[in-house]
Amino acid sequence: MAIIEQPAPVGAPALPAAPTPTRTYGALRRPVATTGWKSWVFTVDHKKLGIMYGVVAMFFFIVGGIEALLIRLQLAAPNGKVLSADVYNQMFTMHATTMVFLFVMPMAAAFANYFIPLQIGARDVAFPRINAFGFWTLVGGGIIVNLSWFLGGAADGGWFMYAPNSGPVFSPSHGVDFWALGLQITGIASLTGAINLIVTVLNMRAPGMSLMKMPVFTWLQLVVQFLLLFAIPVITVALFLLSFQRNFGATFFDVSAGADPLLWQHLFWIFGHPEVYVLILPSFGIISEVLPVFSKKPLFGYPFVVFSGAAIGFVGWGVWAHHMFASGLGPVSVAVFSIATMAIAIPTGVKIVNWTMTLWGGKLRFTAAMHFAVGLIVLFTIGGLSGVTHSVAPSDTQQTDTYYIVAHFHYVLFGGAIFGLFAGFYYWWPKMFGKQLNERLGKANFWFMVIGMNLTFGPMHMIGLQGQPRRMYVWTEARAGEGFFNIAFWNMVASIGAFILAFGVLLFLINVFKTTRSKEVAPLDPWDARTLEWMTTSPPKEHNFDAIPTVHHLDEFFHRKYEQDPNTHEMKQVATAEDILREQEANADKHIHMPSPSYWPIVLAGGLPVIALGIIYSIPVAIVGAAIVVLALFGWSLEPSTAPDSDFDPPASGDGTKELAPLG
Amino acid sequence: MTTTTEAHADHAEHQDHAEHGMSIRGYVTIALILAALTALEVSTYFVDFGPFFMPVLLILMCVKFFIVVSYFMHLKFDNKLFSFMFYTGLFLAIGVYAAFLATFKFFTA
Amino acid sequence: MADTAVHHAEHGHHTSTGLSNNKLGMWLFLGSECLLFGGLISTYMIYRGRVGEGPRPGNVFDIPFTSVSSFVLLMSSLTMVLAVAAAQKRDDRGTTLWLTVTGLLGATFVGGQMYEFTAMYNEGLGYTTSLFGSAFYTLTGFHGVHVTVGIIMLFSLVAIIKRSNVPGDKAEVVELVGLYWHFVDIVWIIIFTLVYLIPA
Repeated sequence: MAIIEQPAPVGAPALPAAPTPTRTYGALRRPVATTGWKSWVFTVDHKKLGIMYGVVAMFFFIVGGIEALLIRLQLAAPNGKVLSADVYNQMFTMHATTMVFLFVMPMAAAFANYFIPLQIGARDVAFPRINAFGFWTLVGGGIIVNLSWFLGGAADGGWFMYAPNSGPVFSPSHGVDFWALGLQITGIASLTGAINLIVTVLNMRAPGMSLMKMPVFTWLQLVVQFLLLFAIPVITVALFLLSFQRNFGATFFDVSAGADPLLWQHLFWIFGHPEVYVLILPSFGIISEVLPVFSKKPLFGYPFVVFSGAAIGFVGWGVWAHHMFASGLGPVSVAVFSIATMAIAIPTGVKIVNWTMTLWGGKLRFTAAMHFAVGLIVLFTIGGLSGVTHSVAPSDTQQTDTYYIVAHFHYVLFGGAIFGLFAGFYYWWPKMFGKQLNERLGKANFWFMVIGMNLTFGPMHMIGLQGQPRRMYVWTEARAGEGFFNIAFWNMVASIGAFILAFGVLLFLINVFKTTRSKEVAPLDPWDARTLEWMTTSPPKEHNFDAIPTVHHLDEFFHRKYEQDPNTHEMKQVATAEDILREQEANADKHIHMPSPSYWPIVLAGGLPVIALGIIYSIPVAIVGAAIVVLALFGWSLEPSTAPDSDFDPPASGDGTKELAPLG
Repeated sequence: MTTTTEAHADHAEHQDHAEHGMSIRGYVTIALILAALTALEVSTYFVDFGPFFMPVLLILMCVKFFIVVSYFMHLKFDNKLFSFMFYTGLFLAIGVYAAFLATFKFFTA
Repeated sequence: MADTAVHHAEHGHHTSTGLSNNKLGMWLFLGSECLLFGGLISTYMIYRGRVGEGPRPGNVFDIPFTSVSSFVLLMSSLTMVLAVAAAQKRDDRGTTLWLTVTGLLGATFVGGQMYEFTAMYNEGLGYTTSLFGSAFYTLTGFHGVHVTVGIIMLFSLVAIIKRSNVPGDKAEVVELVGLYWHFVDIVWIIIFTLVYLIPA
């Protein structure tokens, strides 16, 4: 990884100059590797970190998917024997935890990391080392959460870990300890990431890019980061209380000691409801990029999409208790939260109207990405409507803890969030890797996933209303019912659907494998795109842009390619992506300072799992972990983010430099 | 930042430290006010304020809070964006946790 | 740090808002901390009356003692702001002096808190005695840890300034530590009133 790159003359590849660290910071000299594993492990480059986030998230997607298949195998037939009751409890708890915290959130973070700086015309994020720290912290947290499988059994209280099931009496293994501390660690990753990305979006925009000229993906990610910023500390409190109860003998949620178990439920859902929007808004952002490109029209009502996104973010704070209608809140609370929940359907409906109107009258191109985007609109609408039925408290009382709820949130999370992420894969793959995913396989991938997901989660509406409860490890033939509503039949359909769905995901992995091996290079602008990330090479150079573009329009890249004909009022192409890139390379900045790689983020992140293991097994180990953290913090604060000028050959003269913040 | 400060032209004696709007004397004055307010707070422990006990304490708490935030943390003189960041978190916390306590009948029982 | 002056003149001005990344990040962090302490305070509010067999809040609090230590913490905000003012005038001696005084006042506060905890423990309020005990020690303990982290930052900063190797803008680093320190102080202003002065 080069610390400085001097853009070479047009046409020739840029040659990185090698840095020579002259000073040590603490005990370690700066890492300098530009190739091999060291260039990845110690990198602070937002693009490499974005890819690593994606790889880790995909790994956990497969883990969580296998857990889901085991659950569906167990439930395919009455009195299933695949899993014991105990392992079944662990399986659904870890399936949800993995999918929410270790797949959807990190995958959204992968896109945010990779594309926010590119979309706002920046060379990196505001705090590159904190970015690297966030990634390694996520890895540490994911390992801690999953380590429990091998150390006496995983957490088994459901992903919301209600008291008293989370207490030592009902969950005597260390599973919940690992769960609480692991999520605490991933929370640190989300919080630092949120601060980093908010500062990046506010402070690192290219000249001319006012807030209302930002791409929608960046906007909705900004809303998401604010939600994380304020929601993570709430779950931090809840998890600390839980850890103190389990590890230090406090009784915060122990009813026999006079505690109120609703305390946990409130804290969890004050976090949990904004979290729902944390999961879905990035995908809304992705399809708000995909739909205009493949409709060849600007997004319909851009300000409405932005403001309804912000409104969802705000109102999302006032609806948490709708997860608790059956807990005996009292009529006033239930009425207030019920009405607030109905209100939040409005900004969501606004978005669906905007997307549909974007399609209306457009020149539609049904690429794989477009398939997934349209799939999201349809499936999310179904899930949204069943969500509105929960907002009616009396109806919710009947639905609570049945498969109807499972159906609802899989339509919004699988049909919504995950379809959006897949749209992102197909849309941005050529940008990230310079190669295009196979479109035929991509469409097959889409159809298997969409059919599989409807077969899996569609019948759950029915079996839920028939009364099959969630989280029960078996169901019996005797209570299966008759005729069309026979739950035995529909459970089998759901299980078959799950395997069709899994086959769809497998097709994606095959597609990735084939594309990686293929030599075919993607065109510079394969989709005729609209936003700044397409204004550079694919994959982008380490410094993203040779010259930082000046922005005049929303959809700047489109407006550089097309101009309106004054007579016919039609958009006419005036330049190609290649022309625009050539012009940029000709005006390249002379010296570009990029933030330098560092050992400290991974060292600091490595101390946290040690602390967690120490809290569970032996306090002296925790002290060692804390010592690692403190030492890493000292090393970090003494080391400048960007290596000093004297470390470069040739020495940087300073003209044309774009310095980044020193502390990050 | 200078323009922001000039908007507060009434703080005439502070103009020589335009960047952050306060002189050393100003800081000491603020600290004395805070000390006096704290003394008043503590006096509620020794003197019976009757029905005013609770409102007096809560008002004093808020006044002290906002004095430190506005003057020592410079929010009054700094860019409005900083105020936005902090007060969003603060008022969100107040709103959410007040509703949370209300569901526990904290204010009515 | 020969280029500190040059850097100071420029700092922040190449960002879109003209504001420093670090300061913006610190304010965001403090906004987030409001939700953390809000949660802990609310937990305490729900549990302060649940004393079980253990002592009640009124029986273990020593208001005159805590008033003094609160006053000490409040005055450390004054010395902190003097350190920031000195740093902005590039007065290294003044900066390190006031940072040291702030750190010592903070250490006095933490020492007082340890004494207070010990006294309460001897009066029969352990961490696991009652929900009131758990919630009280958790809330004040979190605050105490924040103060301790602040003290470590203050003394580290003194050491680093003495060796003059602060990366980046020295005055800004002092200001950032100051913001954190004042925040810890305002949290205590709230805790002192809601926990100590207003009885359960």
